[in-house]
Amino acid sequence: MASAGSHETYYVPEQTKFPFFASIGLILTVYGLGSALNDMKSAESASFSTWISLFGFALLAVILFQWFSAVIRENHAGLNSDQLKRSYVWGMSWFIFSEVMFFAAFFGALFYVRTFVVPWLGGEGDKALTGQMLWPDFTAVWPVVENPNSALFHNPEEALNVHEWTPSFFAGFLPFWNTVILLTSSVTVHFAHTALKAEKRKQLIQWLSVTVALGVIFLFLQGMEYTEAYEHYGLTLNSGIYGSTFFLLTGFHGFHVTLGTFILAVMLLRAIKGHFKPDDHFGFEAASWYWHFVDVVWVGLFIFVYLL
Amino acid sequence: MSAAHDDHHHGPAKGLSRWLFTTNHKDIGTLYLWFSFAMFFLGGTFAMVIRAELFQPGMQLVEPNFFNQMTTMHGLVMVFGAVMPAFVGLANWMIPMMIGAPDMALPRMNNWSFWMLPFAFAMLSSTLFMDAGAPNFGWTFYAPLSTTYAPETVTFFIFAVHVMGASSIMGAINIIATVLNMRAPGMTLMKMPLFVWTWLITAYLLIAVMPVLAGVVTMMLFDVHFGTSFFNAAGGGDPVLFQHVFWFFGHPEVYIMILPAFGVVSTIIPAFSRKRLFGYGSMVYASASIAFLSMIVWAHHMFTVGMPIAGELFFMYATMLISVPTGVKVFNWAATMFKGSLSFETPMLFAIAFVVLFTIGGFTGLMLAITPADFQYHDTYFVVAHFHYVLVPGAVFSIMAAVYYWLPKWTGYMYDERLAKLHFWLSFIGVNVLFFPQHFLGLAGMPRRIPDYALQFADFNWISSIGGFLFGASQLIMLVVVIKCIKGGKKATAQVWDGAKGLEWTVESPAPYHTFTTPPNPDLIETP
Repeated sequence: MASAGSHETYYVPEQTKFPFFASIGLILTVYGLGSALNDMKSAESASFSTWISLFGFALLAVILFQWFSAVIRENHAGLNSDQLKRSYVWGMSWFIFSEVMFFAAFFGALFYVRTFVVPWLGGEGDKALTGQMLWPDFTAVWPVVENPNSALFHNPEEALNVHEWTPSFFAGFLPFWNTVILLTSSVTVHFAHTALKAEKRKQLIQWLSVTVALGVIFLFLQGMEYTEAYEHYGLTLNSGIYGSTFFLLTGFHGFHVTLGTFILAVMLLRAIKGHFKPDDHFGFEAASWYWHFVDVVWVGLFIFVYLL
Repeated sequence: MSAAHDDHHHGPAKGLSRWLFTTNHKDIGTLYLWFSFAMFFLGGTFAMVIRAELFQPGMQLVEPNFFNQMTTMHGLVMVFGAVMPAFVGLANWMIPMMIGAPDMALPRMNNWSFWMLPFAFAMLSSTLFMDAGAPNFGWTFYAPLSTTYAPETVTFFIFAVHVMGASSIMGAINIIATVLNMRAPGMTLMKMPLFVWTWLITAYLLIAVMPVLAGVVTMMLFDVHFGTSFFNAAGGGDPVLFQHVFWFFGHPEVYIMILPAFGVVSTIIPAFSRKRLFGYGSMVYASASIAFLSMIVWAHHMFTVGMPIAGELFFMYATMLISVPTGVKVFNWAATMFKGSLSFETPMLFAIAFVVLFTIGGFTGLMLAITPADFQYHDTYFVVAHFHYVLVPGAVFSIMAAVYYWLPKWTGYMYDERLAKLHFWLSFIGVNVLFFPQHFLGLAGMPRRIPDYALQFADFNWISSIGGFLFGASQLIMLVVVIKCIKGGKKATAQVWDGAKGLEWTVESPAPYHTFTTPPNPDLIETP
């Protein structure tokens, strides 16, 4: 433990303009988005609101870019003590925990629906009366392809989960390949990390490029799956609880993959510019933690949305 | 603090930019506290509208729909705008000083978590002036009231909640990083003041449940705008699912608002009893147990929605279990005062009132935990009385105690003790006249969230309203005391209260702009 004599100064910037203007950017983004959604719902032109939202988002993006640049510059200038770096480590760890809890809400909804709601609506279990009184014809199966009221929520033609447990089925099953891709990318980002610690810049760049490419391929395949779902399976946001849970779980995961890929791409650019030292590269490490987290969520998704 | 180290530090910047761009934990704490105070008066104004309408039976002042907007906005503003930011403000001001840290761990993010809030509340409040009116579905925004039947302003409500949630998560991450990483040498975990401990646990709860709140409002957003059916049984969803996800957030939220209050009271009672806190270790473990239990009791808010009997029983017993660690705390506070050399300055008065009145709220909570009894009490004024007892003379009194306790340290002047005591006694009388009759109203069957009621409820309602006006008006005294204290008064010493313990009393009053840029002498750190 540091004695008072050897104490390093904890860098506290005197002032900062980033957060105040980032708040303005953020609130314009959501206010514009909210107005646009309401405009569309009441069949009015949403273009003005959309512009507000886009302007807000651009402001937010520019400021965050400058904010991160400033943090990197300060680190290069040697302002960051070891203690300050530990603050970033704690910060990132607890941020990932908050993300875990965000997904927990959607997984919780999925489990609750599958364990309780659908059987009850189907006239089974403790609250069987709900289904018997409201929709006696509804049968409880998961995935729900026949909704209790299919006039309000149109039925999907087919579900997107595993239909048969044969090698030939899996060979043509996009989510299976997406699992392979994401798991591989977790390994490649680890190789990149090892290369960084061994001061092998070229390998770092190569493995990181492979990881980013795998992220992009994943997103492309996910896009293909969504197109298929909408055009060929009739599975949409509007097709009842199966579509709701399917699209929000995979959609938020896809959004996180997009963000993760973007972050890794930034790390790649920084690696090319010569950033990161074997003993000082938390930006990279945080990005890889995030990537592993996104990977773990996908494994959960693959098991509970596609397999079981 | 050694003056030699301070030469490269500047004082605060001049003018508005000090407040907009500051990274200083004391400035940000001040911003949080003033924001909370403003929201307290805004939410209080809504409450006055409610009590005025309920002064006598029949419709007098407002339309029923506007009445619903008032109850909704009152709850949202008080919970997310007044109580939570007040505790974050106290945390900002006090935690770095209590653990001997130079500032919060992530000072720029600290500024961001504050400045999101005024914008989020501006957006939420602006819905009052929109054609569709403000949200009117209660602060618990149950589906389908908040989805199928919601005014279109629900969209702004959803995004406001997202922004407030982001602010809370960032604030909580900052507090955890500060407590775990910034403690001065010698400040071991079991030497931390209890306010720091309870905030560490609160921050954990915030990070665990605010994302779940974000999740549930996101599901609402998609149900409202994109045709999903999370909360619509016609599509295979369930409105009760909303309540489960909401209360998974909502119950820990209750403890988010009371755990820091426990920390404040555990600081103030020993100071004015001139004794060490009784059972420090048990206080820490009790706080952690409460936090854990708070996450497995959420469905006690939903006994009447139709749950399997096993669920009803589990949530009933788990809820009753919380009274064990809470009882430990109340016992410890009483034991701390026992044979102490007590004096009754304003912070102590508020702290003692907290112990007594919070315990009343705790006992009614125990009544509500009994499932079959709750079938009778559910959604009556008994529930309103219960949670207002734990929130107003509970959380809010502890905030006032904290403000009076640390105000001399913040401003450098003693506050006007006579006025402050007047504020206490009027608040104490007002709050009991306001909320105690509501127990009787609820037991007699008056439902909550109604603008009009049957004649037999008239007497207790006007008594309650009189108490409400008294309580509301007496808060203006506090505003006067605070402003007077900022402007001047008797100079405060560094120690301020002769029985006060902790590192914050080792620095002069007002606390210098930067404290502990070099860590304090480890000998100053006492075992609590």
